[in-house]
Amino acid sequence: MSAVPTWAQLVYLLCAVGFILALKGLSGPRTARTGNLVGAAAAVVAVVLPFTYLDLDHVPLIVGAIVVGSLVGALGARRVQMTQMPQMVALFNGVGGGAAALVALLELDELLHLSDAADVESFVLAATAFTVLVGSVSFAGSVITFAKLQELMTSRPVVFAGLPLVFGAAILASLALGVLTVTNATLGIGVGLAVLGLIVGVLLVLPVGGADVPIVISLLNAFTGLTVAAGGYVLSNVVLLVAGTLVGASGTFLTLLMARAMGRSVPNILFGALRGGSTLGAGEASDRPVRSAGPEDVAILLGYADRVIIVPGYGLAVAQAQHTLRELVEVLQARGTRVDYAIHPVAGRMPGHMNVLLAEAQVPYEQLVEMDDINGEFKHTDVVLVVGANDVVNPAARTTPSAPIYGMPILDVDQAQQVVFLKRSMRPGFAGIENELLFDPRTTLLFGDAKESLTKLLAAAKGL
Amino acid sequence: MDDGMVWLTIFVLSVFVGVEVISKVSSTLHTPLMSGANAIHGIILLGAVLVTGQTESTVALVVGLVAIVLAAVNLVGGFVVTDRMLQMFVRRKAPAAADEGAGR
Repeated sequence: MSAVPTWAQLVYLLCAVGFILALKGLSGPRTARTGNLVGAAAAVVAVVLPFTYLDLDHVPLIVGAIVVGSLVGALGARRVQMTQMPQMVALFNGVGGGAAALVALLELDELLHLSDAADVESFVLAATAFTVLVGSVSFAGSVITFAKLQELMTSRPVVFAGLPLVFGAAILASLALGVLTVTNATLGIGVGLAVLGLIVGVLLVLPVGGADVPIVISLLNAFTGLTVAAGGYVLSNVVLLVAGTLVGASGTFLTLLMARAMGRSVPNILFGALRGGSTLGAGEASDRPVRSAGPEDVAILLGYADRVIIVPGYGLAVAQAQHTLRELVEVLQARGTRVDYAIHPVAGRMPGHMNVLLAEAQVPYEQLVEMDDINGEFKHTDVVLVVGANDVVNPAARTTPSAPIYGMPILDVDQAQQVVFLKRSMRPGFAGIENELLFDPRTTLLFGDAKESLTKLLAAAKGL
Repeated sequence: MDDGMVWLTIFVLSVFVGVEVISKVSSTLHTPLMSGANAIHGIILLGAVLVTGQTESTVALVVGLVAIVLAAVNLVGGFVVTDRMLQMFVRRKAPAAADEGAGR
């Protein structure tokens, strides 16, 4: 790579600082949006920079490709429903990993054509191999997480008999090809590494159960960060190195935070299903008796309660019923009922997802109470209305050590006087475990699409 | 210090900075933060531009252009979707959320 003039190096450094400030901003509620904009600005400057100091070939094609990619990305990001945002993030992450792998392959090709190819440092070759492999893992893994979240395939863990063996063999083979890249690299070996990376990525994510997928997205995000960092080392570019490392480090840390919020360990999430034992719950509807009621009955229950807590879940968002729910809450509040929303850290499909979805429906922030602050209140609550949530209120997390969600902190809904579930059917939740609370004598079920049920409830409550 | 050591030093320091800057994030912001970090690694677009702009072979050019498109999707889409998320709960909620963050 030709020498970079000092002024351009300084600008690159500024961009790297911009990314640090962006992350810093993103971690505080007041500064988050500015942080994101700072990051975007740094990215624009960094991408424009090489056009100014380098005599690049194919400029029209390159600019064209940037425009096409930007349009696709921006349109996708604008159009996507907020409920589908987790899989969008997974997809963006995947294409980033794929791009990193391709860049590394091209750079490998470049290195092999150098006149003094034998002098290429083995560190550089190792970093190239790492980028090709892990970038491919991230790409394939993200595609599978996308398919799981989009429900293009089952969200339950997929395990087949020889999976641990195949997975182990793929890992060993990738290591071998990685070593070969350093000792006597060819482009074929690089391509082989990419293919193995794709296989490893698929096998890594297949056994992960639906509820854990967000954590895997975060992990793959960190992977892509590290590949970009390695790519930066190969290309001797400080922005790529710093930005990639930042994302790799903070992404790993964030993954651990999320896993802790769900009471899970990362190895357990990735390899739990391989060891067996986490497949409790047949994923089929049970035919045990439950108590169900009509909307009028539930409206009376809610209308004459002093204290109501709403537990919103992903089902609410899927039905696009947030606005109807807010109206119902307003009617209840007008009758003098105290109503709050209990927000589980992983309500929705990702930590903080539910806050975004309710904010979209203009639910006042003060009514959203986090799990730790509201769990003591369920004892004094007359009615808990659970809308489209299941796993986050499943007492199995406290009582059944064999359940995949065991240890996950839950909302203590079972301590309330009455619980009403709005459910579409008796199908278990995303984690695929039956919920004992549904069969509790204090529980009432109102079957139907969340939006329809809430609309009927709203009409009935208005008529009280 | 030789070159390799300089790069290693930058790497190690960046690891600490990366963990340090987000260590106090509240769980409400986990999703936007992940999404923002996701956008940042889209900067591989810069790498894709550098490689593609200096290649002579047609195959490499095509592969490079594919990489550019993918990376641009990651970069631009990532920042736009993060902004959309934040738009929703920064507007009127910032004071409340900040108080809560300070309380723990």
